[in-house]
Amino acid sequence: MLMERVDPRTRIAAAVVFSGVIAAAQQPATAGIALLAAAAATPCTRLTSRQVLKRLLPVNVFALLLIVALSWADHVSPIAARHPEASDHTGLGLALMITAKANAIVLWVVVFLGTMDLITLGHALRHLHVPDKLTHLLLFTVRYLDVLHGEYLRLRTSMKLRGFQPRLSTHTYRTLGYLVGMLLVRSLDRSERILAAMKCRGFRGRFYLLDHFTFSRRDLGFLLVACAVLCLLAIGEAS
Amino acid sequence: MHIHEAVLSGSPAGLAVLGAGIVATVVGTAIGLRRLHDEQLPRVAVVTAAFFVVSLIHVPLGITSAHLVLNGLVGLLLGWVAFPSLLVALLLQALLFGHGGLLALGINTLTMALPAVICYYVCGSWVAGLPRGRAIAAAFLAGALGVLGGAVLTAGALWIAGEEFTLLARAVVAFHLVLAVVEGLVTGSVVLFIRQVRPELFALALHAPAYR
Repeated sequence: MLMERVDPRTRIAAAVVFSGVIAAAQQPATAGIALLAAAAATPCTRLTSRQVLKRLLPVNVFALLLIVALSWADHVSPIAARHPEASDHTGLGLALMITAKANAIVLWVVVFLGTMDLITLGHALRHLHVPDKLTHLLLFTVRYLDVLHGEYLRLRTSMKLRGFQPRLSTHTYRTLGYLVGMLLVRSLDRSERILAAMKCRGFRGRFYLLDHFTFSRRDLGFLLVACAVLCLLAIGEAS
Repeated sequence: MHIHEAVLSGSPAGLAVLGAGIVATVVGTAIGLRRLHDEQLPRVAVVTAAFFVVSLIHVPLGITSAHLVLNGLVGLLLGWVAFPSLLVALLLQALLFGHGGLLALGINTLTMALPAVICYYVCGSWVAGLPRGRAIAAAFLAGALGVLGGAVLTAGALWIAGEEFTLLARAVVAFHLVLAVVEGLVTGSVVLFIRQVRPELFALALHAPAYR
């Protein structure tokens, strides 16, 4: 079952529910099951393992920091000394638990939403009654991301051609400030032109939803599988 | 600084922080959306996309480097609209890069957008109205206040979530103390540039656009 064929609204809801359930888990077993199940589910998306690992990178960099900080805090004043009733809790154990949970959550979000294109996401959010202006803002932002990134790369190249090298100096910070300013000014000018062009074509401040999502038998199957995984997590939590 | 919901959800106090973040972000976003005219959408989207792209810029910082945040600048340009704007930007960062989680969007948006709104009220009129030197000083203050406020709120969230995070919370604030100076300098020069090239941009949060 490929994730792309499932109703986007269901996928968004599933991502939120799974995040909540895994975040609320207090047992290591639950976190382990969630992580394994998520790893097993990743082939449902068509992402390569490299792409998946790249999404996991930020959360694990933070986890590394957390492991160091919590082990150190434990070393200075052990949790067990302060709370004798929770003697099996160590800083390292807590950090590892958080790491497992965070990885599981990120993986599930990648499974559910990783291959959803952002236009579909905006569309589905509107069907889920997120305010119009907010989804419009999302759709416009997605539209401008590439434009601004291209503009940024162009400005960056021209800076490089003029021999700019970032250093720890006020010159660097001033130049970067001008870069950001230029990026804003140029893109805002472009946005004014786009608005004018859209108005010429009758834009009245809203997008009309042409295609509607339908809830099919395939989505029911998806929901059943999702519920089965949630039951598995509940068993892990109860054990 | 993004926190993940897995970090906060270990204790009842942490769950309360997550919940409070969601409520505060919903309220802030509602206020922001009310102040946002349909016709300003493309402009706000540009600032949002710029915030996203700017986070890809790494600035050297001694032996390490950090990416620019510039939430103070977003506040100066957008006022309350910083809430919906940063919410969208953080959602995109969560989905595309895996920074933070979906449920932590509330607390993460709050820690970024609340200092931005404060910057707008404290420094907004100074940046647009005062003579050059003092305006740049105000912009420096906004840049530093934005990122430092974010760090203090994040550290506060960690501290409430559990005393075992105290050390981490202190480290977050210490790192951002240094970053605040850089952010202040960059924000100052952005403001200097915009004042010279397109001074009317600071009115973005105050008035409806010229097109009618």
